Amino acid sequence: MPMLLRLSGVNTYYGQIHILTDVDLEVAEGELVCLLGGNASGKSTTLKTVIGIVEPRTGTVEFAGEDVTGKNTSYRIKQGMAIVPENRRLFAPMTVRENLEMGAYLLGRAKKEDFERVYSLFPLLHERRNQLAGTLSGGEQQMVAMGRALMSQPKLLLMDEPSMGLAPILVERNFEIIKQVHEAGVAVLVVEQNANISLSIADRGYVLQTGRVVLTGPAKDLLEHEDLKKAYLGR
Amino acid sequence: MSEPERPAAPNASDAAGRPKIGVDEWVASAEERHERSRGLGGLVSRGWEGSPAEAKLIVFVALASTLPFWMNEGELFSYGLYTLLYALLALGLNIVVGFAGLLDLGYVAFYGFGAYGYALFSSNHYGLHWQAEASIPLIVLGTAAVGLILGLASRRLLGDYLAIVTLFFAQAFVAFVNNSNPKVAGEGLTGGPNGIPGVDPLNFFGFKLHSTKQYYFFLLIVFSLAAVGLYFLNNSRTGRAWRALREDPLAAEAMSIPVNRLKILAFMFGAGTAGLTGTIFAAIQTGVVAGNFDVALLITIYAIVILGGLGSIAGVLFGAIVINVSTQFLAPSNDHPELKRWLFYGAILLIAAKIRPWSRTAAVFVGTAAFGFVVHAIASGISSDWTNGTVVDAGSAASAIRNWVIVPSGHTGFQTWAYIVLVAAIVVTSQLKGWWRMAALIPTLYWVAVVWENVLVQQSAVTALILFGVLLIALMQARPQGLLGTARVEIV
Repeated sequence: MPMLLRLSGVNTYYGQIHILTDVDLEVAEGELVCLLGGNASGKSTTLKTVIGIVEPRTGTVEFAGEDVTGKNTSYRIKQGMAIVPENRRLFAPMTVRENLEMGAYLLGRAKKEDFERVYSLFPLLHERRNQLAGTLSGGEQQMVAMGRALMSQPKLLLMDEPSMGLAPILVERNFEIIKQVHEAGVAVLVVEQNANISLSIADRGYVLQTGRVVLTGPAKDLLEHEDLKKAYLGR
Repeated sequence: MSEPERPAAPNASDAAGRPKIGVDEWVASAEERHERSRGLGGLVSRGWEGSPAEAKLIVFVALASTLPFWMNEGELFSYGLYTLLYALLALGLNIVVGFAGLLDLGYVAFYGFGAYGYALFSSNHYGLHWQAEASIPLIVLGTAAVGLILGLASRRLLGDYLAIVTLFFAQAFVAFVNNSNPKVAGEGLTGGPNGIPGVDPLNFFGFKLHSTKQYYFFLLIVFSLAAVGLYFLNNSRTGRAWRALREDPLAAEAMSIPVNRLKILAFMFGAGTAGLTGTIFAAIQTGVVAGNFDVALLITIYAIVILGGLGSIAGVLFGAIVINVSTQFLAPSNDHPELKRWLFYGAILLIAAKIRPWSRTAAVFVGTAAFGFVVHAIASGISSDWTNGTVVDAGSAASAIRNWVIVPSGHTGFQTWAYIVLVAAIVVTSQLKGWWRMAALIPTLYWVAVVWENVLVQQSAVTALILFGVLLIALMQARPQGLLGTARVEIV
């Protein structure tokens, strides 16, 4: 499979604090990869480096065969990235439909097919399309956040902690949706603390520890890995 | 003895209309669960929310068109013309602050640019007497270009930082106009502290506007057009993107919304509107001086936008009416001084009427009235000079006030003390709870009247500012979103 995203030798700093150390990470086209790690292990920073909110000091970010290091966020989004931010960050006083529309802002007027594609994934959003996003429940807001990211027809969907603050049943539902999106041909990079559920749907996984990739491999193998079991799976 | 009745097991209670466990439907039924406001207020607010924007505009224009027929020239000038001028100016600020959420403190400088621009092109200053149909579009575009420059310079700033940079810009404008006055074409460009006198009236294709009535109708048309244009702008994709930017700049950026371009666009639209208002202002005033564009005006315009509700076009108009009419009532030159008093006591009554239940409101009113007469009787019993001061401009209410409020004569320093006591009384009252607060409210309300009659009514320019402050504080407590703004709803 051709590579869609490749981080090679990435070192990212916040000021003088060294966050990511020599991170190498790859996502192939149509692959579902999860990035695991505890608090302060550099998961979100990796994601921010991918989307271009922070720039690596050394190393490169390649996307779809092009070196996008130094390019801004909107350029990367135009090339086919989309992000579901941590805590969803919806535009609360705007309706569901308007939120979705903002997801496709860069591509000009939002197309009917895009709305229909998102509504077919999340029929509930069609029902609630004229409701203010701030009045939705957490699980529904997560759907809006995902739908908003999918409006721009991304090749790679970046998800920051999709299970945060949701009831266990909603987390499962959420990951079913991620799986569904993935089966529709979109590559997904999920950043998660919940190792069990994310590995159960992922193709491959990376484990970060204090800014370094300490473990990588097919999701099946990681699920069986002794250290990982002890650290994250609680078994 | 029988056992107390146990509540039924949860899964047996479905028939009783209780929500089922594990099935959450209430978000879907949010509309039905919306509380309906009742009574007369509810009827008005539902009627307001239910009527389309066109209807609101038509009603406003129809009502506003009657003004010239029952007001004299002076009243039309100060109440009608200036309200519209402020409203148009606030519309522009509403784009920047209300729609896009950018704290722009340099806004009045654009107004100044517009006014000075018109004064340069159409006055005796350079002897250029351009027609308004040529100079106004040119100046509006020019001001928008200045907005573009300021926007470019500060495009990466948000919040406090943006506020500082734009405030500097406004101050620099006033300082430049006042002090610099560089020679251009043998004549000082800005006229320095003297400003530019002798500005032409607006002159469209040879038709000169010369009466207040004509200016009023011209402004009414311009305001209506601007309001309609901004209404569509706010409901366009750009308008929605502004709102997204206002709500969460980082999320907007992560959604690839071109944040910088939108900010600059908001600055340009705001600046253009301010420039347009400035040209009309210069023509109405027939002259411009730098003092017209100072921080006091900025505060007034912000008060209008905040009072009306950020982002609401109707709110801007409403805010302009409230702020301008009350400013004019309190103006030292007001021909009807009793209006000041009506405004003041009306505002106090309105605030006090928020007390619930009604019986308590009535008790406070009756108590305050009785307290006043008692204090007055005691004061005059001690010495007649505590009550024989002159009541200012009382009109028909003079005797009532003279027998209720103590207005001493010859007690120097009383005014200062009265003021300090008032501040202390308000602080104490606000800290108390329940009946103690009600008890403290009675002397406090009375003392408000004493301070008003002894201090404020004589210094109405200061009073106007104090009244604005109190009004805004009270409003922000009661309705943080402003009178016609939309409340933030977040159930998370």
